[in-house]
Amino acid sequence: MATARVIPLHGNIPVNDAEPAMARQTARRGRTEPVEPAPEVTATEPDQPAPPRELADRLADFVAFTRRRLTGEYEVDEYGFDAELADNMLLPPLRQLFQKWFRVEVIGAHNLPESSGALLVANHSGTFPIDAMMTAVAVRDHHPQGRFLRMLGADLVFRTPVVGSLARKSGQTLACNADAERLLRDGNLVGVWPEGFKGIGKPFRDRYKLQRFGRGGFVSAALRTGTPIVPCAIVGAEEIYPKIADLKPLARLFGFPYFPVTPLFPHLGPLGLVPLPSKWFIEFGEPIRTDEFEPGAAEDPMLMFNLTDQVRETIQQTLYRLLSQRANVFLG
Amino acid sequence: MAANNVLVTGVSGYLGGHLAARLAEDDRIDRVIGVDTAAPSPELTALMGRAEFVRADIRNPLISRVITTAKVDTVVHASPTAHPSGPGARPLHKEMNVIGTMQLLAACQRSPLVRKIVVKSTAAVYGAGPRDPAVFTEEMVAASRLPSSGYAQDNAEIESYVRGFGRRRPDVAITTLRFTNLIGPTVDTVLTRYFSLPGTVPMVLGRDARLQLLHAEDALAVLHRAVEQDLPGVFNVGGDGILLLSQAIRRAGRIPLPVPARIVGPVVGASKSLLGGARLLDFGPEQVRFLTFGRVVDNTKLKTVFGYTPRWTTRQAFDDYVHGKGLRPAISPDRLDEVERGVLAAVDLLR
Repeated sequence: MATARVIPLHGNIPVNDAEPAMARQTARRGRTEPVEPAPEVTATEPDQPAPPRELADRLADFVAFTRRRLTGEYEVDEYGFDAELADNMLLPPLRQLFQKWFRVEVIGAHNLPESSGALLVANHSGTFPIDAMMTAVAVRDHHPQGRFLRMLGADLVFRTPVVGSLARKSGQTLACNADAERLLRDGNLVGVWPEGFKGIGKPFRDRYKLQRFGRGGFVSAALRTGTPIVPCAIVGAEEIYPKIADLKPLARLFGFPYFPVTPLFPHLGPLGLVPLPSKWFIEFGEPIRTDEFEPGAAEDPMLMFNLTDQVRETIQQTLYRLLSQRANVFLG
Repeated sequence: MAANNVLVTGVSGYLGGHLAARLAEDDRIDRVIGVDTAAPSPELTALMGRAEFVRADIRNPLISRVITTAKVDTVVHASPTAHPSGPGARPLHKEMNVIGTMQLLAACQRSPLVRKIVVKSTAAVYGAGPRDPAVFTEEMVAASRLPSSGYAQDNAEIESYVRGFGRRRPDVAITTLRFTNLIGPTVDTVLTRYFSLPGTVPMVLGRDARLQLLHAEDALAVLHRAVEQDLPGVFNVGGDGILLLSQAIRRAGRIPLPVPARIVGPVVGASKSLLGGARLLDFGPEQVRFLTFGRVVDNTKLKTVFGYTPRWTTRQAFDDYVHGKGLRPAISPDRLDEVERGVLAAVDLLR
């Protein structure tokens, strides 16, 4: 990928000032697949009945929910995933961020398998893994069956108190082959961000330039289980916390992989933690099949390299395409 | 081929004692000999019926004579235990667990009649940590992360001696059973005492361990089956499903009290002594680590190869323990009902 080049975010694309932002957005909607705003989407979810629910009903539901939490009457799977908690407590605030703050447009949700296992591979960016959380909301709200995305996280996540236990409850587990293959074999939709810290913590000048894809362990997990790989491109997350410098000594002190300096952080304190309201696009690409290879293909390093490269290339090309269509970082 | 003369170590313990009782009721077995350093409690002795008891230390050469004179063909090694009897007892405890196993295996090796060994091990040999996979299968080995001493390390050493024995005596069928934490109305472990702490139960701040439990009855049934049939291999033995620690505390009718990891042990000790508890809970770093990360094992091999499906899931086993122990909830369900009805009535007014 010596030729990888960042397409400038501003300037090269002529912007027609006379054309209002809304009109451009509707034009884009027409071009890609229709993306519905929130109310209709929640209405189609199987576990949420009538769309405009009365306050009284909500309150009654909340009382029942609280009671179940207080008496421990809920189900948790072997990874520690608590679907009820995710739907009632963890996803709603993220959904607000998804709809109101980043105004995420989801493209290609039909590429996600209806009920079988698949490995979603996405680019990682934004200093803080908000992109993973938004992808989880996108899958839950835009998949016709409203599936949960089971994400694979770094061990740092599970080492950290509070974050680690919340991660497990939201459906994450450790990024290791054992867990990935187990989830895929059981027919889950698994999300992985193979760039890891190299991707999420890269400087702002390297935005949308895909980093090295780890050791390609995700490909072997997909191959061994014969599940398709869905490449996923996320545009907009790079701009939420533009990382312009890295305070290495502080990072070492706290045991973080990096300590970011953004235009607002750390000198504005807590205010600097507010992400910039960039306009996001999440595109799910066409699935890449892995069940056509012979058994034992996961042991062939050359095949692994090629597949890894194919996935990486697909995501990089989609990123470039989405970027060239984007006129403004904040308006889309 | 069914066993004829069975030797059970650790019969003063819960598993050993109850297993001896079960085997004594099985008329396909000729003789049941229980061994331990201390005599079993009167209740346990009553349960054990026709089983014989030999007061012996398995570290003593006497054990070899017992094995040869009684023509023992099956040895169930159920004595390795988790709880030292008091502070400072740790070195002695390790000696009992590890050196005892070595002596027992040496005695078995010399007796040509022994053709089966069933070893009670623990899922703790997998460790518990943030870098571990969510679910352990039998072929996963503990990385170097096991604490250098303690119950898990003892069992890891015991398992390695057992593997060594297997290489020297390939004619002996060896079944190693890695049990998850036992629970049930009658079993008494650190965990059962922990959940019966009055009112609030301390847990590690910012963590919520995944617990997999095994009903004591299932554990006994698995041991019995291992004696009855030849099922060599290593098997994870745990109930289906999990409970989160906070969820389990809630189900026991208690209120979780998150405290920093470092003071969980002292807080547990303090709440027990406030109650005037007779035996102080030994809440060491191993227990705290377990309550920080928890541990889940895959029981597929138990179901498919060993041919036993636990009758109780983790949740059912825990509920059985809560009901059997008669734990009184800190917040009574009636009070909850009342509050719920009150709120719903207020909601009705809104409509």
